[in-house]
Amino acid sequence: MLRIVKPKTKRAKRELEKRAPKLEENTKKLLLLHGTKVSSVLRGVLADLFHLRKAEGRAIKYSKKNDGVRPFEGGGETSLEFLSQKTDCSQFAFGSHSKKRPHNLVLGRMFDYHVYDMIEVGVERYKSLESLGGGKKASPQPGSKPCFAFIGEAFEARPEFRHLKELLVDLFRGEVIETLNLQGLDRVFLCTAAGDKVLFRHCAIRLKKSGSKVPRIELVEVGPSMDMVIRRHREPSDNLKKEAMRIMPKTTKKKVKNVSGDPLVGKVGRIYMPKQDVGEMALAKMKGLKRERREAAAARAVAADSGTEAAPSNSPKKQRTE
Amino acid sequence: MSSIASDYELDIGNLLIFHGRDPPPLSSSMTEEERDAEYLEQGRVLVQALADALFNMPSTLDKVGRLVNLPRPRMQLPREKPLPKPRPPTKWETFAQTKGIVKRKRSKLEFDEQNDEWRRRHGYKRVNDENDIPIIEAKVSDEPGVDPFLKLRADKKERVAKQEKNQLENLKRAAKIGGKGALPSTLQLAATSVPITGTKEPTKRLSKEIVGQAAGLASTATASIGKFDKKLPGEKPLKFAGKHRKFLPVVDGKGEEKQLLQDVLNKVISKNSHDILDVTKAVSMHNVEEEGKRAQQNRKQGGKKRKQSSRDARPSKKGGKLNHKVVSKSPGKSGSKGGTRALGKGKNTKRVNR
Repeated sequence: MLRIVKPKTKRAKRELEKRAPKLEENTKKLLLLHGTKVSSVLRGVLADLFHLRKAEGRAIKYSKKNDGVRPFEGGGETSLEFLSQKTDCSQFAFGSHSKKRPHNLVLGRMFDYHVYDMIEVGVERYKSLESLGGGKKASPQPGSKPCFAFIGEAFEARPEFRHLKELLVDLFRGEVIETLNLQGLDRVFLCTAAGDKVLFRHCAIRLKKSGSKVPRIELVEVGPSMDMVIRRHREPSDNLKKEAMRIMPKTTKKKVKNVSGDPLVGKVGRIYMPKQDVGEMALAKMKGLKRERREAAAARAVAADSGTEAAPSNSPKKQRTE
Repeated sequence: MSSIASDYELDIGNLLIFHGRDPPPLSSSMTEEERDAEYLEQGRVLVQALADALFNMPSTLDKVGRLVNLPRPRMQLPREKPLPKPRPPTKWETFAQTKGIVKRKRSKLEFDEQNDEWRRRHGYKRVNDENDIPIIEAKVSDEPGVDPFLKLRADKKERVAKQEKNQLENLKRAAKIGGKGALPSTLQLAATSVPITGTKEPTKRLSKEIVGQAAGLASTATASIGKFDKKLPGEKPLKFAGKHRKFLPVVDGKGEEKQLLQDVLNKVISKNSHDILDVTKAVSMHNVEEEGKRAQQNRKQGGKKRKQSSRDARPSKKGGKLNHKVVSKSPGKSGSKGGTRALGKGKNTKRVNR
C-alpha cells in the first residue's frame, strides 16, 4: 500500500525544490564536524574554514562531538550521510585528534548524499586567521572569488596530490561566474608541494600601480596557513566518477533546412539533385538497343526489302522494339 | 625564478594557475621563515602571470570597474547530485500522443448566461458552480428516495477519489520505470501500514509510549531478561524490568510437584469448607427457618390458606438434613437452636452443647 507524501506548506515545497537535482546546481555547502577528541589546533582550523565559507550560508558548523563518525571505516559513514542529507551539504570537513593520527582533518565530498571521495590530512604548523591579521582591514572581502596557484610536480604525478588539488579547488571555488570584475581579485590560495607535504597558504592580493595595463601584484599573507601531510585517501569508484562527471548533452532544436512555406502556396521544399552521369548509371536494361541486335535487325530489314519471299529471321527471339 | 613564469598551465575559468615543475630546491640552511618567504615569492610570480593573462583579456568598462568575460572552467568538478531524469509520460499523455490530441489553452473567463456577466472558469464565484444550484428539477429517471444534492456531492467525491487513484498509479509507474529519480522532487511515495485485522480503518500511528513499551518487552525477552545484553551507545536503561519466572525441573526427585498439587487441593477444599462456619449447612438451616415462619403465619390465618401454606411449607428436596426435619411447632425454639445447631459440622469443630 503506497501513498503520496506531499509537503504540507508552500515553504516546505520550495525548500524541497531547492534541494532537488537540477541541471545547473547550487553552490556546494560545507559541513564542519568534529569527532570524539579535538585538539585546539583542529578547533582553530575548523573555525577558520567556517569563516572562509560562511558567506551566503554555504557552511554549517556543528559543535557537538560525533562519536559515530569514522570516515575510513566500514560502517562509520552512515552518520555522516544522514547529517549531509539533513543539512543538504555535499562537502564535509571532519576533525579528530588521536595519538596515532594527531591533528587529523578529513576533507570529503558527497554524491547523492553518499560519500564520493575523501582525503585524510594531518595539520602541522598551523597559523590561524587572527594571528596573521586576517580579521582586519587587510583581509579580503568575505565571499569573493579566489584564485588558485599550485606549484609542484607532485600535483600532476602523484595520485593523492592530484586528488588533494581537486578537492581544494572544489572546496574554495565558490560559484562559477561568467563575468569577473578585475578590481575584485581579492584572494589567492597558494599550495606548494614540498617533499611529502603540501604547504597551504591563503593570501590577500594587493593591486599596485605599474607602468602598464597590468598592475603589480603583492601578496599579504592572511587567513589560515598550514602544512598538510597526506595520510589516507579514497578515490571514487570508476562508475561513480562517470556518473558524477556526466554533463547533459546539449539538445538544441534542429533547424529544418530547405523548407519554406506560405499560407497561399503551402509548404514548399527545395530538392538539390546531385550531378548524374546517365551513361554510368544503372538504369533499366534495354536489350534491344544492343549493337548485335540492332545490326541483326538492320540485316533483316535489308533482306526483307530485297526478297519478300525470304524465310523468316533466324533469330529465335522475337523482336519487340524497333 | 624566471623559469616559473614561463612554464605554467592556466585554467582561467577557475582562476587557477598550475606550475607543473618542482620549484628549484631550497638550501637546507634556510630557516623555516625564510623558506616560507621564498615559497610566497614564487607564488607571487605565478599570480602575477595569472593577472597578466586576465588583464590582457578584452574587457568592458563598467562603473564598478573593468569587467572581463571568463571562459568555461577547464578542470571539471563532480556534481553533487545526479542529473535530473525526465518524467515518464502519464497514461493520459501516452494516449494523447497516439491519438494526436493536442492541448488547447482555455480562457480564464467565461460568460455566465444565468448571471449575465463574465465569471472565472475555476475558483471563487465560478461559472456553473455545482454547489450554487438552488433548485433541481426532478427527472422521470430519478428514484424517489434519492436526494439529488447529496448525490451531486457524492459524485464529486467519487471523481476526486478516482483522480487521486489515477495520480497514484501514474506515480507508481513512473517510479517503477525510472526509479526514484523520475518522481517529481516534491513528492515521495511512502508505504502505509496495512491494517492487521482486515478492517478498512487506517491504523493509527503508534505513539512514543507504545513503541517504548514494545521495545522494553522485546529487550527483556531473553533468558537473562536483557541483563547481560550489549547496550548501544546512548541507550537509556529500561523502565519496565521483567519478572524472573522460575520453572520446575523436569524430573521430580524430591516430590515438589506432589507438594504443589497438595497445596492447591487444600486451598480449593478449604475455600468451600470453613473452619468456623459451614456455609451450606447455614444456608439450609436458614431455609428451614423461613419455612417454619411461613407455616406459623398460615396456621394463624386459617383453613384454606393452611392448605396452600402446607403445600408451600413442604420441605424442598435439597439436602438430606431437611427431610428429617419436621415443621416444628415451637418456632421460637428452633430459631435459637437452629443457630447453634449449625455449628459443629466442619472438620475441626467443637461441639457446642445446648
